[in-house]
Amino acid sequence: MPIYLLRRVLAAIPVMLVVAVFVFLLLRLTPGDPAAILAGDMATPEQLDRIRESLGLNDPLLVQFVRWIGALLQGDFGTSLISNKPVIDLVADRMWPTIWIAIITLSLSVAIAVPMGVLAAWKQGSWVDHLVMTFSVLGFSIPVFVIGYLLIKLFAIDLKWLPVQGYKAPSDDFAGFAARAVLPALTLASIYIALIARMTRASLLDVLNEDYVRTARAKGLTERRVLFRHALRNAAVPVMTVIGTGFALLISGVVVTESVYNIPGLGRLTVDSIFARDYPVIQALILLTSGVYVMVNLLIDLSYSLLDPRIRY
Amino acid sequence: MPVLQIEDLHVSVDSKSGIEVVHGISIEINEGETVCLVGESGSGKSVSSLATMGLLPKGSLKVTSGRILLDGENLLDLTPAQLRDARATRMSMIFQEPMTALNPVIKVGEQITEVLQAHTKLSNTECHAKVMDILEQVGLPDIERVARSYPHQLSGGQRQRIMIAMALVLEPRLLIADEPTTALDVTTQKQILKLMKDLQQNHGTAVLFITHDMGVVAEIADRVYVMNQGDLVEDGPVKEILTAPKKDYTRRLLSSVPSLVPRSPRPATSPKPALRVTELNKIYGGSGFLSKAKTTHAARDVTFDLTAGRTLGIVGESGSGKSTVARCVMRMIDPSSGGIRVGDQEIGGLTRKGLHPFRKKLQMVFQDPYRSLNPRLTIEESIIEGPVNYGTPKEQARTRAAELLELVGLPASAAQRYPHMFSGGQRQRIAIARALAMEPELLVADEAVSALDVSVQAQVLELLDEVQSRTGIAILFITHDLRVAAQICDEVCVMRRGEVVELGATADVLGNPQHEYTQSLLAAAPGRDWDFANFRPVAA
Repeated sequence: MPIYLLRRVLAAIPVMLVVAVFVFLLLRLTPGDPAAILAGDMATPEQLDRIRESLGLNDPLLVQFVRWIGALLQGDFGTSLISNKPVIDLVADRMWPTIWIAIITLSLSVAIAVPMGVLAAWKQGSWVDHLVMTFSVLGFSIPVFVIGYLLIKLFAIDLKWLPVQGYKAPSDDFAGFAARAVLPALTLASIYIALIARMTRASLLDVLNEDYVRTARAKGLTERRVLFRHALRNAAVPVMTVIGTGFALLISGVVVTESVYNIPGLGRLTVDSIFARDYPVIQALILLTSGVYVMVNLLIDLSYSLLDPRIRY
Repeated sequence: MPVLQIEDLHVSVDSKSGIEVVHGISIEINEGETVCLVGESGSGKSVSSLATMGLLPKGSLKVTSGRILLDGENLLDLTPAQLRDARATRMSMIFQEPMTALNPVIKVGEQITEVLQAHTKLSNTECHAKVMDILEQVGLPDIERVARSYPHQLSGGQRQRIMIAMALVLEPRLLIADEPTTALDVTTQKQILKLMKDLQQNHGTAVLFITHDMGVVAEIADRVYVMNQGDLVEDGPVKEILTAPKKDYTRRLLSSVPSLVPRSPRPATSPKPALRVTELNKIYGGSGFLSKAKTTHAARDVTFDLTAGRTLGIVGESGSGKSTVARCVMRMIDPSSGGIRVGDQEIGGLTRKGLHPFRKKLQMVFQDPYRSLNPRLTIEESIIEGPVNYGTPKEQARTRAAELLELVGLPASAAQRYPHMFSGGQRQRIAIARALAMEPELLVADEAVSALDVSVQAQVLELLDEVQSRTGIAILFITHDLRVAAQICDEVCVMRRGEVVELGATADVLGNPQHEYTQSLLAAAPGRDWDFANFRPVAA
């Protein structure tokens, strides 16, 4: 197991390096000159040159890249072109709202989607099954921002149960935090619930045809025990895989959801820095999300061996 | 009163068409009696047993009429909850494949405990003691450790013992065993059959034993019911059925059972070597970055010769390395060392590209005809794909395909149909035709008749024989079944744990085995004392 872990972490290095090259090149090759943006509309060509010189934008690409990577390794993600603050501080400031939303979303999704999928598989072909499947098609096909605004209209404006938007830190005001986190988390979870419920249903249907499920019934166990003790754990591995790969959906969903609900998280930071062409911030954010994605999937792979004793690393 | 009494049971497909699959069968089993339900695939024997347990797949099969009485109580009248209570306490079932029948993610001890928790109010300590007791009774070693193991950590025989323990822990009146030894090696099978017999005697259990294997029937049955296509053909005490079957179907079934007495040796016709394997080794595992270097020596110094027009059998139990040898010969895997000479050409060391011209000479027939044909290709497309790949014009390949279909006993019109339209035996014929289309010099048959019913098996073996005498092809026949080997092979090579333990003419090796392993294999072959085809015990 420790050797496997080491191998996986080592294997993540080339992945991250490739991401770094892409991040670096992509932004250099997009039209729009950061120096021009920084200097504003009234700048003279001399002023632009001076800014370029100070940012190192005149050096060959390879030199810029090596310098950039070197700084990254020392924890220096650069300075924001707009606010002049270190990027790492900006990210640290904005990190917590996103982490909280993500955690709530994930727990909510699993708590809702897995029972839904189990029920649909157990009652395959019944109205319950059709309802779950319909919901999951809807959840998958309605864009996140539409769901977001619909939820706001229903729960915040018409029913006035919850605040429209905003964010409060849980340490300051937990009730306020919870009230403001429910809708964004539900919005973000809709697509995830759809995905996980579908996968749970499909995976469980396979497992329910297995011989050991028949054995469990032959032992005279109740249907509930057959489903939850014998079938579900065997069906869990594909579901975990979907949770991992679906994490990418969560990242893109965060960007939209935070804009809709006006939450000062990483998603909003991403949108703002893209509009401002704030290169160092964009780069740091892409690297961060890729890093998190790789980590999440590593954790998911490790969870397989907990779920299934036949899988050993 | 009989323990189980099935009266005029009808089972139908649960749909509008309502096709009947079991047409009114009646079966009786008394206390302490073993009743064998025999039949080929599709005979309805498993369906009848599942109906008894109330485990017919929901929405696809249903009991339409009849009664199933367990100690006089009609199981078909019980509510689902009452039926659940009856399972494991009054009637139990064990299944064919002990790997898939046990839950892979739960420790086997817990899986047995679960039965106690579901049906009794025993405390944890009492449960544990009872589990240990039953594990002891089914003859498992080191029971505390076994109880903490997952199914994949146990051998096939051990897993089946766990299944038996689970079924018998509450001492049910009736045990239904659906082909419980079919997936096991002969030596393991022998042990499991003996175990079931012993436990039955100790507990007085009534056993309904479902099997297709007449050898097993001869070993354990008190009475026999023969089923065919949903009908009960005949029933009677085992001696009567084996010596004086009344119905044609039973006679045919018994006549198809291959004899353990080896075929008379054929004179060697051609000295031309078709395959020469010398000191072949195959070692699995061991390499890999930062991985544990654990190796398996799957084949160790395997050496044999096969001449044109003859059949060499490689026999052995699972893990003996027989399939590894076959795959090395086919060069589907790369041998670690050693020579493989096909005709005059050494192919052991050839690269993928260098191998291309010789692939044609080597063709293979696989075990499972349901999975070895591409379901999306017509039979003709499957057959001509190889020759066309080697440059035969399409028209010519088609004509040849039609001839081949005729050779394997199928109408030429079969060419345009798809695999699912054929039965298992027909598909295996198609697979043979496909292999022959390449005009190979060597045919490797890996358990090619193991998945087939005996009557079909006999036909396919006959076909292979006929093809061989017509084309002079050499056949390398991999099998675990000594009966089949005795009937088709000129020479036999017995393997155990990667090594050849005995090699020679079939009549010598099986008629007068020298190595103790070969002797033990023969001793374990079920029904070895019966000459089924002649309805009498083997003359001593």
